[in-house]
Amino acid sequence: MSRGGAGLGDSAAELLRLTQARQGHWKPLPLVRDSRLRWFINLSVLIYIVLAWYSIDINWGRVAQGMDRGLAFIASFLRPDFTTRGGEILSGLKESLTMTFTSTVIGVVLAIPVGLGAARNIAPLPVYLFCRAIIAISRTFQEIIIAILFVAMFGFGPLAGVITLAFATIGFMAKLLAEDIEDTQREPLEAIKATGGSWLQWINYSVQPQVMPRLIGLSLYRLDINFRESAVIGIVGAGGIGATLNTSINRYDYDTSAAILLLIIVIVLMSEYLSGYVRKWTQ
Amino acid sequence: MLTLTGLSKRYDTGDLALQDINLKVPAGQVMALIGPSGAGKSTLIRCVNRLVEPTEGSVVLDGQDITNVRGARLRQARRQIGMIFQNYALVERLSVMENVLSGRLAYVGFWRSFTRRFPQNDIKQAFHLLERVGLETMFDKRGDALSGGQKQRVGIARALMQNPKLLLVDEPTASLDPKTSRQIMRLICDLCREQQLAAIINIHDVVLAQQFVDRVVGLRAGKLVFDGDPKALTPETLTDIYGEEDWALPADDEDEQASAEAVIIPIGQGGHP
Repeated sequence: MSRGGAGLGDSAAELLRLTQARQGHWKPLPLVRDSRLRWFINLSVLIYIVLAWYSIDINWGRVAQGMDRGLAFIASFLRPDFTTRGGEILSGLKESLTMTFTSTVIGVVLAIPVGLGAARNIAPLPVYLFCRAIIAISRTFQEIIIAILFVAMFGFGPLAGVITLAFATIGFMAKLLAEDIEDTQREPLEAIKATGGSWLQWINYSVQPQVMPRLIGLSLYRLDINFRESAVIGIVGAGGIGATLNTSINRYDYDTSAAILLLIIVIVLMSEYLSGYVRKWTQ
Repeated sequence: MLTLTGLSKRYDTGDLALQDINLKVPAGQVMALIGPSGAGKSTLIRCVNRLVEPTEGSVVLDGQDITNVRGARLRQARRQIGMIFQNYALVERLSVMENVLSGRLAYVGFWRSFTRRFPQNDIKQAFHLLERVGLETMFDKRGDALSGGQKQRVGIARALMQNPKLLLVDEPTASLDPKTSRQIMRLICDLCREQQLAAIINIHDVVLAQQFVDRVVGLRAGKLVFDGDPKALTPETLTDIYGEEDWALPADDEDEQASAEAVIIPIGQGGHP
């Protein structure tokens, strides 16, 4: 850090390294140059871990009690019950999938202009700051907190869920899209600008081709995040399979819960496979 | 054709990249701009089409002062200036044809370009240019499927699609092998003469420049230090431009082998990358 104060000591150490290297002894430079500082950092980390360990207060009695319920929950995965509440599961799933698709499409469409604005290499500073602020707000709050707010505003049901997921999608997609735009090759951008094309043509011809594969990949990734999130936010009343799952857990109906969780796993796996395939195809 | 008057550029970092450049390039003249790395060659040509904003001075293209124009008039000015890049600057995920047609962007509306429905004449011209640079069978290939020399040919075709009056060429051969370098330089200079285009070519390879251009301008630390016939370049003038060095190169030797060696010698001695 203090390169300005690099005096005799530093150059003496460098001289020593030089002579050693000449004799065939060489080791890479450590990350932290000052050996005292290096030991101080290592020791602090160790002390912190020890103190942190002793600060954890575990009630082993409660763990033993809960273990039974946990085991019952896990055991129910061996006999998932798809049929007893089949109708509810099906309608919950349909609602969740609808929420997922709608919110992803809305979110991605809105995230594109925000992402363009949040890329420092193509946006002027005021636009950049504004779009980064939108991203920051959207990413600050976890989906559940946003969902609670929107459920309070729009009432129970999938509408609150769709708005929540779309809102979260904007922050996620815009941030990653902006970063991808900032990583694009500079020269094609310059070349298309030099042809005299308009701003939209410039984006369409030099930025879009470079970021499109990643945009598609990220959209599909967000699609399966949104599906998983739709299961979670259902618990706070935002509709979908989460609501069904929550009801079954509250009834200690673990067999149905297991069935729902298995279905979620299968759908997430399917979308994982699908997105891998599509990404390969768009490269 | 192009007149630069008192052109200076100071970057935000405080570096003075160009100092009081006065330069006239008449129509149809192919001019090489030589000088060490960091002398301001790239800055100079980017000031012409305003990819870099000059701090002082004026840029006059064909009688029109384009130093301060904005928006549509800036794009109008840029459309008359074709540019060719060191690393080809193709949009690699677009096809060869799309890359060439992107030279017409300033002539067509957004929807036409967005849907790739260019006027028939533009497509004809693009195909004709691809024939001229020897890539007519490649038009459906993607940019990243081409070799370096082929990419540069597409870059040349794209620049010419603008029907420019002036070509700005930034180190066209720096990433190419000696033979391809000569072919590319010959192609650029032939096309300029065919179409009566003025051109400014930034180039490191002095020997190559001497063989193909009408005029050489030397830049050192942002100032013009030489302007004259390529034949007038002597060891003394090269020392003026680049600094002390043994310039005993077979400069006027036309032989391919000799020119390849001439490229290699300064690399070994001058510590070039």
